[in-house]
Amino acid sequence: MEKVSTNVTDVGDKIIHQSVDVRLQNLTKVFFEKSGKKTVAVDDFSILIPAGKLIGLLGPSGCGKSTTLYMIAGLHKPTAGSIFFGDDDVTNMPPEKRGIGLVFQNYALYPHFTVRQNIMFPLENLKVPKEEALKLAQQMAELVHIGDLMDRKPSQLSGGQQQRVAIARALVKRPRVLLLDEPLSNLDARLRLQTREEIKRIQRETGITTIFVTHDQEEAMSISDEIVVMNYGIKQQMNHPQAVYDEPVNMFVAKFLGNPPINIIPAKIVGGQLTLLDNTVLEKGFEIADQEVMIGLRPEYFKIVSTGKITAQIEMIEHIGRDTMIICQLENAENTIRVIVPSAKNLTVNQKIKLNATKFFIFNKETGERYK
Amino acid sequence: MLEYKKDGWKATLALAPMLLLMSVFTFWPIINSLIMAFLEDYSFGGMASHAYARVIGGGTYNGIGFANFVQVFNEKDFWVALKNTSVMVFISVPLTVIIGLAIAVGLNATKKLQGFFQTVFFLPYVTNTIALGLVFGSVFHIEYGLINKVFGTVGLSWINHGATWWRAMLVLMVYTVWNGLAFKIIVFLSGMQSIDKQYYQAAQIDSTPRWRVFSKITVPLLSPMILYITITSFIGAFKAYSSVIAIFGTGDYGPVGNEKMMITLVGYIYDKMWESGTPFGVGSAGSLILFAIILLITFVQFRVSKKRVHY
Repeated sequence: MEKVSTNVTDVGDKIIHQSVDVRLQNLTKVFFEKSGKKTVAVDDFSILIPAGKLIGLLGPSGCGKSTTLYMIAGLHKPTAGSIFFGDDDVTNMPPEKRGIGLVFQNYALYPHFTVRQNIMFPLENLKVPKEEALKLAQQMAELVHIGDLMDRKPSQLSGGQQQRVAIARALVKRPRVLLLDEPLSNLDARLRLQTREEIKRIQRETGITTIFVTHDQEEAMSISDEIVVMNYGIKQQMNHPQAVYDEPVNMFVAKFLGNPPINIIPAKIVGGQLTLLDNTVLEKGFEIADQEVMIGLRPEYFKIVSTGKITAQIEMIEHIGRDTMIICQLENAENTIRVIVPSAKNLTVNQKIKLNATKFFIFNKETGERYK
Repeated sequence: MLEYKKDGWKATLALAPMLLLMSVFTFWPIINSLIMAFLEDYSFGGMASHAYARVIGGGTYNGIGFANFVQVFNEKDFWVALKNTSVMVFISVPLTVIIGLAIAVGLNATKKLQGFFQTVFFLPYVTNTIALGLVFGSVFHIEYGLINKVFGTVGLSWINHGATWWRAMLVLMVYTVWNGLAFKIIVFLSGMQSIDKQYYQAAQIDSTPRWRVFSKITVPLLSPMILYITITSFIGAFKAYSSVIAIFGTGDYGPVGNEKMMITLVGYIYDKMWESGTPFGVGSAGSLILFAIILLITFVQFRVSKKRVHY
């Protein structure tokens, strides 16, 4: 367990101020509808979140990431499995006893309170003396850089400022775990970039174990210490963002991470050789039974060469700042692929180019599992 | 703006039937009563002796001034009516608002049978006032009334001959509060259900005690509804009339033997309108006084609520 590294004064034993690891064991949530239909939102989900880390729960809408967050918060009751904060089994503990701070997607700031009143509200509930509470609220506001907005109402703040107030309110009672539900989804693109750095900074300064939910892979990758990719309520992969990006365990993860997205091309294994459908041999020496497979190639895994295995015709050239993206048609196949190259000075549309792949993933065509 | 102007005649046409009806039955009477209140010895029939001036639309009068108001303030019935009405307003309104809020909170927290209870509490609203009055009349009857039977007080008069002002007022109050609850509960309940659940989840996570959740979150977020209900209830209570009629029967404003005991301001105005002599002038003066009182109270409410209502 790490000690919190901020200089915020301790206000006694009422406010918990240690970050803890969070353990989810076989967590399952089944929603029963009135019609009798069952929806398994979270399915046998087990992860260990180390103390003081910032973890992103990432997945498409409906993958169960928010349900997981709400179970950690205690607002949803798990159907099966358990949740531990450190050695503390909180599975059946009501939310108010868990020592969590939750930042809602729409912030849920009380509209009739000023910023100061909003931040002080949790402290008043804990009966912290008024002077102490005022001081703590001010300190927390300074931490999230809204110290000069204390007398405003939420409606007089921008989205980013409201977000900070919500974070300050969640942090002021010094929770053990900070939970953020889609923290950036209500902000415009520019503010999003700024706020995500801000969240990272606040998390670093407080050292609090933080779990946030997002459907935006870029957001998750940019600030998380580790990301957990979810789909259909099932954990797909958990690791450092770069590791997940570089070594996805299956086709879903490979497709979900990366912008522009990974190229998926049908291929086959014949006698240990990986060949494209037009029998171009890409590489030899695989110990995989003969079958049809899918291969995944990230746009940056291609190199334009003078003599290469893959031939393609350029359909479109997009200059995206530093790099150039080429959309081209594979020869003898229906697929178009995206290729990112550092420069495209001497390339023209309709030109035929030769490509080599520096790296690729082979996926089982049916299950999407990756062959390693 | 131009668009509106072009289509102005269409809007006027659409509004015309309502405007016409309102002109005849609302706007003109308002203007007319404003005029009549200041006409002395106004006579609708117009026995026109030469000393009288004629009014447009018929009727005669004998000068302009405050004689009608003076007469109103000199009548005992007016002061009785003012007392009765004020008691009803300042006791029944806060009572209904508080009870309505409490029931709405209870209903909102009930998951099972919520629809059933909602219907039960809403029934009085769709039930005929006079029918309810008859029910109350029998429940509080001196001999065979339910109340007297249950409490073994047969012979105690609530609304019949010999009833005291306090007992009659109590019955009237129970009737008014109960009858007014339905609408308030529905408004409060729908207001509560439109409050974002996340406020409550946030409050729960911050271990907010129940009372604080109610006083610091529910009430402020419901404050526009509370203001609306309070103001309309005050106005409604000042206009109390049918409740008295429903309980004590037409033509009377109180138990037999003390017919004007429970008269209200509207009752007083109505009576004056039918009095022989110069009825409309005094009645109009009475309604202007009622109007002024309501205006003043509403104005004060708006001022007082300014800091407490959060839109």
